[in-house]
Amino acid sequence: MTKRGQKFVKVLFASMLLTLTVALGGCSGDKAAGDSTQIADTSAASSSEANTAANAETNASSEETGGASETEAGDSHITIGIPQDLDSLVPSLSQGAGTQEILYNIYEGLYKPDSEGNLVPAVASDYTMSEDGLVYTFTLRDGVQFHNGNPVTVADVKYSIETCAGLNGGEPVISAFSNIESVETPDDSTIVITLEKSSSSFMAILATVEAAIVPADVADLQTNPVGTGPYKFVSRSLQENVVLERFDEYWGEKAHIKDITLKVLADSDSIVMNLQGGAVDLVARVSTAQAAELGDEFEVLEGTMNLVQAMYLNNAVEPFDNEKVRQALCYAVNKQEILDFVSEGKGTPVGSSMFPAFGKYYIEELNDLYTTDIEKAKELLADAGYPDGFSFTMKVPSNYQQHVDTAQVVAEQLKQIGVTANIELIEWETWLSDVYQGRDFEATLVGVDASTLTAGAMLSRFRSDVHNNFVNFSNEEYDAAYADALAAEAVMDDDKATEAYKKCETILAETAANVYIQDMCELVAVRKGYTGYTFYPLYIQDFSKLEIQ
Amino acid sequence: MKLKFHHPDLSACRSGRMGVSMKKKKHSPNFILGLGITGVMLLLILIGFIHTPYDITKMDSTAKLAAPSPAHLMGCDNFGRDIFSRVLKGMGNTFVIATATVAIGTVSGVIIGAFTGYFGGWLDEVLMRVNDVVFAFPSILLALVFVSIFGTGKYNVIAALGIAFIPSFARIVRGEFIKYREMDYVKSARLAGVPELRIIFVHILPNTMPVLISSVMIGFNNAVLAEAGMSYLGIGVQPPNASLGSMLSESQTYLFSAPWYAVFPGLMIILMVLGLSLLADQGRKV
Repeated sequence: MTKRGQKFVKVLFASMLLTLTVALGGCSGDKAAGDSTQIADTSAASSSEANTAANAETNASSEETGGASETEAGDSHITIGIPQDLDSLVPSLSQGAGTQEILYNIYEGLYKPDSEGNLVPAVASDYTMSEDGLVYTFTLRDGVQFHNGNPVTVADVKYSIETCAGLNGGEPVISAFSNIESVETPDDSTIVITLEKSSSSFMAILATVEAAIVPADVADLQTNPVGTGPYKFVSRSLQENVVLERFDEYWGEKAHIKDITLKVLADSDSIVMNLQGGAVDLVARVSTAQAAELGDEFEVLEGTMNLVQAMYLNNAVEPFDNEKVRQALCYAVNKQEILDFVSEGKGTPVGSSMFPAFGKYYIEELNDLYTTDIEKAKELLADAGYPDGFSFTMKVPSNYQQHVDTAQVVAEQLKQIGVTANIELIEWETWLSDVYQGRDFEATLVGVDASTLTAGAMLSRFRSDVHNNFVNFSNEEYDAAYADALAAEAVMDDDKATEAYKKCETILAETAANVYIQDMCELVAVRKGYTGYTFYPLYIQDFSKLEIQ
Repeated sequence: MKLKFHHPDLSACRSGRMGVSMKKKKHSPNFILGLGITGVMLLLILIGFIHTPYDITKMDSTAKLAAPSPAHLMGCDNFGRDIFSRVLKGMGNTFVIATATVAIGTVSGVIIGAFTGYFGGWLDEVLMRVNDVVFAFPSILLALVFVSIFGTGKYNVIAALGIAFIPSFARIVRGEFIKYREMDYVKSARLAGVPELRIIFVHILPNTMPVLISSVMIGFNNAVLAEAGMSYLGIGVQPPNASLGSMLSESQTYLFSAPWYAVFPGLMIILMVLGLSLLADQGRKV
């Protein structure tokens, strides 16, 4: 009997162990952090990206064991959790929004965005533009140093811009820079960039981190990243961490915290554990549920992600090629209910491909274009020839928990009009290749962000002939309105351009190009004692403003 | 040594029926416990197929993460969906996938193992080397590769795990056949001119049953865990449908605020596996 008892215990133990193995094994799985960003621009440098802010802090509390920091600012340290490893350390080759938001701290362009969304001088000290908008003349700031101690020269600037524009051979790395005709350096503090066509968005694109100024004489930035930003690169352990150190010769306001460790938390489920255990001090973009699990030791800051979360529909496949069907879906989806279920009501409903941070381009009224009306949705479906509804597959990237959650609520809401949405979870890489590049999908639920605060960053992708129009939206009126906007920009008529962009936006909403949902709320978990986290209207994490109290 | 088993129908081995036939021989407490647990699990699965207290995708914003109560026996998840209903359906999904997986693995494994073990020769060499190659990969990894090529979803997971399970069955059956093919009764049968196929399936196969039944049950357990693991990774049963693994995965974030969300699906996995393990343990002793 005792033998049997032992056996029983053994079997029980073994079963539990097996279960545990599965559970733990799963932990290393593939959920990426909290939510967030989505299409960083994969191929089109000019297209998308969004915002979010960065925040920071440092921890002064002495009881902290993990990434503890000393109170003296000189030796201060913070560990920040990031959802994925950096895809490149070379700014012009970086793709993911999650990579670029980090590189923002290491590299700078001639200009850079500040926390208000304005462009402020960085490596350049100012610029003038010719009246026809074709010639930009920049003055190099005095005394800017690279992290390797060399001063920044106009030759470095010329090299950097020409590389991005493809003038040194090869394809333009930034597609909008193919518009650059020449880069000249008449003296050792002046850079003259000449465009083929004027463009009001040129400065905004010049200020993205992809167009950063890098040294002409450093052969391999991938292994030896050298920039001019407030933090310099120290070391990197693939899929594990990136270590940064304050650059004391920085030309501007120096960073407060000396050492930063960026820890890769590829598993969103481990975020809470890492924060509570003291392994990381700050994670941007935690979910409301995760935020609720954190105790008093943390402060949760609230901002917006600056992206448009929507059920993007492939406008070229049945039944989504029918405008009435798309409108019916819009009427059936209740945005407020989604917010209530997924994020405790936090977030801003949007009605088109534009979010509030865009200011003058954003049309708030479009949010109410489709107030939930099940009867009307059914009528529209019947009109369109689907009185009994239909079923379709919605592909959702599995590493973004908020999108997966939202997709489930949407699927449930669509049941009311007899439409069945089958959710298919796919890997982020698969999403990029199949959905975004291959356009092989019926519907997908993601967020689309913007790389600059120019309206084109959100709207250019819906022109019928562009390579990143992954929803296959095709509308002549839209193309015409967008062309108007570009024409107005070329002659620097901002009012007219804004009006044309707004028209584009309205067309997207009225033809229900996609089922627009919200600009998601961003929650930043910060250990108490660290302050200074700053939200940006773009997808940027600014570590230099972090402080230890 | 010559045992007569009249249960070539392997599916019966998982249910209580096998227990009934064995009961006459032995009543060990472990066996009875295993039988009890498995019986209750099967009953729950059956109930889940017929009826669940709530629609498993019905969301209720007033019951988000509600604690267990008479209305919701196991509480509610983050969408206010009834966890008890989802556990019932989830067990059904897990059970169907595990059963189908083991069925594929067993049938193919028995055929491959029987022929290679009985005939030997080059066929044995080739098939067993292929077997070794498949066997060299952990089954989850193999299934992951399969799913990444053919896509996610229930049926792909069944196919993927089924294929991954073939080698272990083939190997066990082959070992048994190698042992039996030189036995006197097989030699006699061969001399008497009994057709080879008849020798394989009628004379030898029944004798491998004790081993086979244990491995089927252990295999079933592994399949339950593998399915849970795959759904946990988000590549098995797709939301909003439920499986025990996907529920475990979804519940992690709420581990401290709503522990019942993780505990019940986890408990069900443990019980399913424990019940079968106890039965398999008994089967091995027969």
